[in-house]
Amino acid sequence: MKPAAMTSLQRVLTSLGHQEPDRVPLFLLLTMHGARELGISIQEYFSKAENVVEGQMRMRAKFGQDCIYTFFYAPLEVEAWGAEVLYVEDGPPNSAQPFLRTESQIIRLEAPCIQDTVCLHKVLSAIQMLKARVTDQAPIIGVVMSPFSLPVMQMGFDKYLELIYEKPDLFWHLMQVNQEFCVAWANAQLAAGATAICYFDPVSSTTILPREKYLETGFKVARETIARIQGPTATHLASGRALPLLDDLAQTGTAIVGVSALEDLGQLKAVAGDKLTLLGNLNGIEMRHWTQEQAAAIVKESIRKAGRGGGFILADNHGEIPWQVSEETLLAISEAVRTYGNYPLDWIEDER
Amino acid sequence: MTDISQIKDRFENALLAMNRVESRRILLGNSTHIDPVQLIEGVIVPVMEQIGQGWHQGSVALSQVYMGGRICEELVDSLLPPKSEQRKDRLRMAIAVLEDHHVLGKRVVYSTVRASGYELLDFGHGIHADELASRVLQDGIEVLLISTLMLPSALKVKDLRQKLDAAGAKVHIIVGGAPFIFDPQLSTDVGADAMGCNASDAIHLIRSYEEAHS
Repeated sequence: MKPAAMTSLQRVLTSLGHQEPDRVPLFLLLTMHGARELGISIQEYFSKAENVVEGQMRMRAKFGQDCIYTFFYAPLEVEAWGAEVLYVEDGPPNSAQPFLRTESQIIRLEAPCIQDTVCLHKVLSAIQMLKARVTDQAPIIGVVMSPFSLPVMQMGFDKYLELIYEKPDLFWHLMQVNQEFCVAWANAQLAAGATAICYFDPVSSTTILPREKYLETGFKVARETIARIQGPTATHLASGRALPLLDDLAQTGTAIVGVSALEDLGQLKAVAGDKLTLLGNLNGIEMRHWTQEQAAAIVKESIRKAGRGGGFILADNHGEIPWQVSEETLLAISEAVRTYGNYPLDWIEDER
Repeated sequence: MTDISQIKDRFENALLAMNRVESRRILLGNSTHIDPVQLIEGVIVPVMEQIGQGWHQGSVALSQVYMGGRICEELVDSLLPPKSEQRKDRLRMAIAVLEDHHVLGKRVVYSTVRASGYELLDFGHGIHADELASRVLQDGIEVLLISTLMLPSALKVKDLRQKLDAAGAKVHIIVGGAPFIFDPQLSTDVGADAMGCNASDAIHLIRSYEEAHS
């Protein structure tokens, strides 16, 4: 018998419990597209919480995704620490020059106070307003950069890798400062009304670090940090590979992992089992030139590989859909989920 | 005499472990009886290629590629000092990060290219298409390596190509970075001449260009 239609929140929670809801949940992780909805520039869009609230509400109404995503832009957190953010017309705001340039700056580093920081306060206001409008219909996904990955923007990727390998004491000092900030920032978002926190941690991916080094560093940081976040978390490796780490990631206490288009969903699902829910893995870069037929075929294949038994949320593989992806493609993805994602997925057997 | 394949295996293991002291000992310990160019061509370059391919296939991490590249760059500078006549600096070559400030990819490629005995100019990061085109014309660059992390930056390669074409400059543009890896069609869309999935690809592409234009 076909299950009764669920709210987005029920759908997601059922899938997280590794049960089959009414259909595969869809997280279109849209940020900048809200500016297009409102007919304003990306910079203006992110300048006010009200814009992001309106953008998220309109996008959910149009594309029917199963979440509200309160991610503004990646360098928001380093902006809070005093760094400059660069805006472009056709892409996400980007971090400018790293602000930690010397060892003594790392030693003296102090985390910003969340309530006193304008850019963070703006996000909290957006979450509060969105919670009032969506109530418990859909999960509100807040975002933090992991303490382990934030230094890429704080000090530059090359200098950070050198720190990890060559200055372990200083590295752990930086982790301590970042961890306090991350925990406070995550819990502030949960208190404002976020349902769960997406813990962005690309440096932990085996694309960036060997697993052995991850276990000595990012794994320990994640386990300690996630334990102090007072709500559910999803770890996102932002297109980085996850397959060799799935068991380790599950041990950090996270419930969901964002997986890469570079890895096979079927293999990921087989290893994840009921330990983790998979989030992914549509290729956002290629998505900009997908036809509607391609979008439908790729969504169908993703569901065929990972949809059975729940534990799967269809999304892009990076955690942010590029500005260049058209509304037609997003609508085609949404429609394809509603065509092929209705449980039970009997068509998989029928097509064999 | 130590077999070059044995040196390669030991050197690769030392590099993947990011053991600078051991890497140096293995390579420079053999430099008294093996020609430096042979050590570079027969050991460093193939090992860096192997490591680069490993990253592309998922068996090696970027941190190993980066730290290994730095070690190799230092070793090549010891074997072939920057002013050495044996360095391959006849090709006017440069590297830059277009638009954004993510420099890791550029540093990996820069180190690997230099570790292969080539010299190249570093035009830095956060450079816009207009300024980059001017630098390329001013320095008479033949091969330009462009690293990007963000999709909007990758798309700006098209502007650069148009500016160079408008100036009548025949510059061979080799692009690399995440957007090009995730969408192999992108390099053609923006008018690049070639795309490298990793730093060792860059070496192959530079050699192919040299062979075609020698």
